Amino acid sequence: MNLPLLSLLVFTPWAGAVLLALLRGARPAVARGVTLGFSLSTLAVGWAVLRRFDPAASGFQLVERRPWIEALNIHYFLGLDGLSLLLVLLTGLIAPAGLLASWREARSPRMFGALFLVLQGSALGVFLALDFFHWFLFWELSLVPVFFLIKLWGGENAGRAAYQFVIYTIGGSAFLLLGFAAVFAATGTLDFGQLATLAANGTLNARLAHLGNFWPQVVFVGVLLGVAVKVPLYPFHTWLPPAYAEAPTGVSMFLTGVMSKMGVYAFLRILWPIFPAPLHAAAPCLLVLALAGVVFGAFAAMRQTDLKRMVAYSSVNHVSYCLLALFAVSAASGPGGPASGAASAALGGALLQMFNHGLSAAALFLCVGVLETRAGGRRGLDDFGGVRAAAPVFAGLCGIALFSSLGLPGLNGFVGEFFIFRGVFGLAPWTAAIACLGLFATAYFLLTFWQRVFHGPRAGAAVGNWPDLRGVELASLVPLVVLMLLLGVLPQLLTGLFNPLVASWVAALAHS
Amino acid sequence: MNALPCTIYVSFAGALLALIAGARSATLARVVALATAVTALVMTLVAAVHFVPAAGLQTLVDRPWVDSLGVRYHLAVDGISLTLLVLTGIAATAGVLFSWNIGERTGEFFALFLALIGGVYGVFLSADVFVFFVFYEIAIVPKYFLVARWGSTNREYGAMKLVLYSFAGSALVLAGLLWAYAAGGGKSFAVSDLAAAAVHFSRLQQLGMFGLVFLGFAVLAGMFPFHTWAPTGHVAAPTAASMLLAGVVMKLGAYGCLRVALPLFPVGFAYWQPVIGWLAVVGIVYAGVIALVQDDFKFVIGYSSVSHMGFVLLGLAAANGRAVSGAVLQMFSHGIIAGLLFAVVGRMVYDRTHTRKLADLRKMALYRRLPFAAGVFVLAGLASMGLPGFSGFPAEFAILIGTWKTSPLWAAIAALGVLVAAAFTLRVIQVSFFGTVTVTPQGPELPPLPPITLAERAGALLLIATTVLIGLKPDLLLDWIVPSLQSPLFQSVLKGGGS
Repeated sequence: MNLPLLSLLVFTPWAGAVLLALLRGARPAVARGVTLGFSLSTLAVGWAVLRRFDPAASGFQLVERRPWIEALNIHYFLGLDGLSLLLVLLTGLIAPAGLLASWREARSPRMFGALFLVLQGSALGVFLALDFFHWFLFWELSLVPVFFLIKLWGGENAGRAAYQFVIYTIGGSAFLLLGFAAVFAATGTLDFGQLATLAANGTLNARLAHLGNFWPQVVFVGVLLGVAVKVPLYPFHTWLPPAYAEAPTGVSMFLTGVMSKMGVYAFLRILWPIFPAPLHAAAPCLLVLALAGVVFGAFAAMRQTDLKRMVAYSSVNHVSYCLLALFAVSAASGPGGPASGAASAALGGALLQMFNHGLSAAALFLCVGVLETRAGGRRGLDDFGGVRAAAPVFAGLCGIALFSSLGLPGLNGFVGEFFIFRGVFGLAPWTAAIACLGLFATAYFLLTFWQRVFHGPRAGAAVGNWPDLRGVELASLVPLVVLMLLLGVLPQLLTGLFNPLVASWVAALAHS
Repeated sequence: MNALPCTIYVSFAGALLALIAGARSATLARVVALATAVTALVMTLVAAVHFVPAAGLQTLVDRPWVDSLGVRYHLAVDGISLTLLVLTGIAATAGVLFSWNIGERTGEFFALFLALIGGVYGVFLSADVFVFFVFYEIAIVPKYFLVARWGSTNREYGAMKLVLYSFAGSALVLAGLLWAYAAGGGKSFAVSDLAAAAVHFSRLQQLGMFGLVFLGFAVLAGMFPFHTWAPTGHVAAPTAASMLLAGVVMKLGAYGCLRVALPLFPVGFAYWQPVIGWLAVVGIVYAGVIALVQDDFKFVIGYSSVSHMGFVLLGLAAANGRAVSGAVLQMFSHGIIAGLLFAVVGRMVYDRTHTRKLADLRKMALYRRLPFAAGVFVLAGLASMGLPGFSGFPAEFAILIGTWKTSPLWAAIAALGVLVAAAFTLRVIQVSFFGTVTVTPQGPELPPLPPITLAERAGALLLIATTVLIGLKPDLLLDWIVPSLQSPLFQSVLKGGGS
């Protein structure tokens, strides 16, 4: 039987959203159940995909490609490689966990679920679509549910945060669109694979330069802007802390776990193969920006008194590691190519880090959400104390998430960061040295979090009789924590998926 | 195929019938109007099914009219006109549905409305410049009365401004065309004959004639800086008229530019091209910024129309197959989306709340009280922002691609316009429907507003379905448009054909 598995992946959540939209007057429990069921479909289908996936095969697998808009040479084009699969699985994990985290959301769970499923489907589409038009559809559509999820279910200043987030991102996207309009005008195709081929043999750049040598740079900057805002790359990150902080817990989890990966993914899928030469030229600059993200993100997190904002800034820091690795490799590419051991360590580490950060950051937002519910909406660093005595299970699980985020050996976070540092030290030693500052700051604020909240004197009588984690909270947090432990010991479960892909990237670098 | 000219006659006959029926009962007039609009729409759709895009401009009727002047009653259709005919049919049907509640002199209202529609069908079908002009003038008169009698805020002023601008525009067009007619020997008004004669005109003549004709049409298309009639007029107009004015009548101007000004005077166009391109991109950004600071809901939509029409003009100015096909697609798309936006603002919101001040709407929690309207407006707003999945996206994308080939700088500024469009659209979505926010089921008790009627639902669904259909499958229209641009008439101005 030859099911269009990738279409199923993308459209099952959307079908769920439509169903929810039609289920008017459904009881909240029914709406929640339907949402969760459709959200879990990604894991189920993802499992089927995983079983058919052959890591050693080159190129895209399970491809679905048929003409769509012939006048613009656009195809309906889905396909998957190790990178996509990694992120599909991540989405499959984070989305249901996010839903469970917002399980008690009393305000219109039906609408919440529908929007959440639209978001989930869009994210999957971004990870699977291989034609710019098709990809951009999902890329832009993902903003709509986020806007409403933040605005309507978020905190006090949610309106402003949501507006800022969407305007920033659409601002970036407008220039991304312009860039691809130019690419299409020059080449007549929007197929990522074909464009990468044209880029590799220099045709793309030559054709873009047709109107003047200045314009290929403009196109590159346009595309870069669109992608950099989404990640976000320093200094385009200012939308992030308010958006993550104002969003409801489940949505914050999805934003940090999956949506920030959409940006990194776009770097790997678009900028890296289609604009290798301009990226190489800009890489030293970008490297500094990524470094700034690593260092400033961590130091900014250190200064936060609001736990949610602290975790938000730590996301800026963690995602910047991925970019740091990527830019270091790009900067070192060129004649002779980078040391292949360092390059594959850096790239492999970046991919691992994407997954691991997804797990640990989502888990941290979840923990902050748990604290927030217990404390009636407060989430200041000073509002808590002695929680461990009241809720030992929670303290234990949250502790694992904190230490995973901190990069303790034995937990998943360590492996990715270790590989990144190993790679970057070989490629750009000074950068790696400075990035260590970020590590120290991270350790400082995460330990502060741990100490102030879980130990220390009990803040107020309320903490004393807090209930420990309840069923839904456990269901959301436990799988994430189990994976942190498992992947800390057996990272090859993931690296096995994408090692051949990374090897092929590195081989291509040596030839360029 | 031969049913297409009947769209004109059916509309005029319907106008007469509606007038008569209106004397008996308002409901009867409504039914007559709806039946007329739907009949014409069905005719265009049937013609569309049998349409052969590759056949070029297909003559439907061609008989002598005013022999002494060489005027022939010549109607013809190609992919471009067919696109706009279908748009007219859809907009007219939706317009009737959204004016179902007109209670004052219903018969007259629909008579004028259908007369306007008839004129518009005529313009899109004319292949003779004289006939074109006659229908064009027929369309102007009803809009004055529609705005002046059934309009709202400042309606006399809006109506007067609207009509004066239109007449001034058409006077320029007429002057330019008569000049060309006389210079060509005064034998024929057929576009092809005039174009053949225009080849022999001096450069100066071409510059002058193109300038007059294009400017005249561009005024009606709402080109910056001659756009000021559009927001005022559209705000003053009753809902259905705003829908039609912004949705279809502005397209008459753009259509005139494309159908008459460009093919007739390629030399003149080449000279004015940079000016037009710059005015278009400035208009896109300027109108968007103005929309961003409006405090009247309807003015936001009015200025957004100017901004979107800027894309149409930009596509024409870029003058290659890709950009122009995008411009035609944008005409269609904007016609649908503007109609939808005006329907929400004018009919669903204003008729119920009697205010359009954003500051007042902000406090009304309309999201909870009019959820259907909120949903429709969000979708329309997303479409208007040019989000993929809606018809505006392939149109603007094609225009950007084509413009990039002609002038990357214009394309870059237009991309800025996309950003501004997102900003003002999101702002107005936020403020109008989601002002005081959150979906809390319990809030302060607010007096219920009249529910959304069946007619409104039907009209909204028709327009939303169209914009999504074209957004996902723009080929449906591009397959008509692209071959039509291969016609020899366009080849003198367009570079790069349809690719």
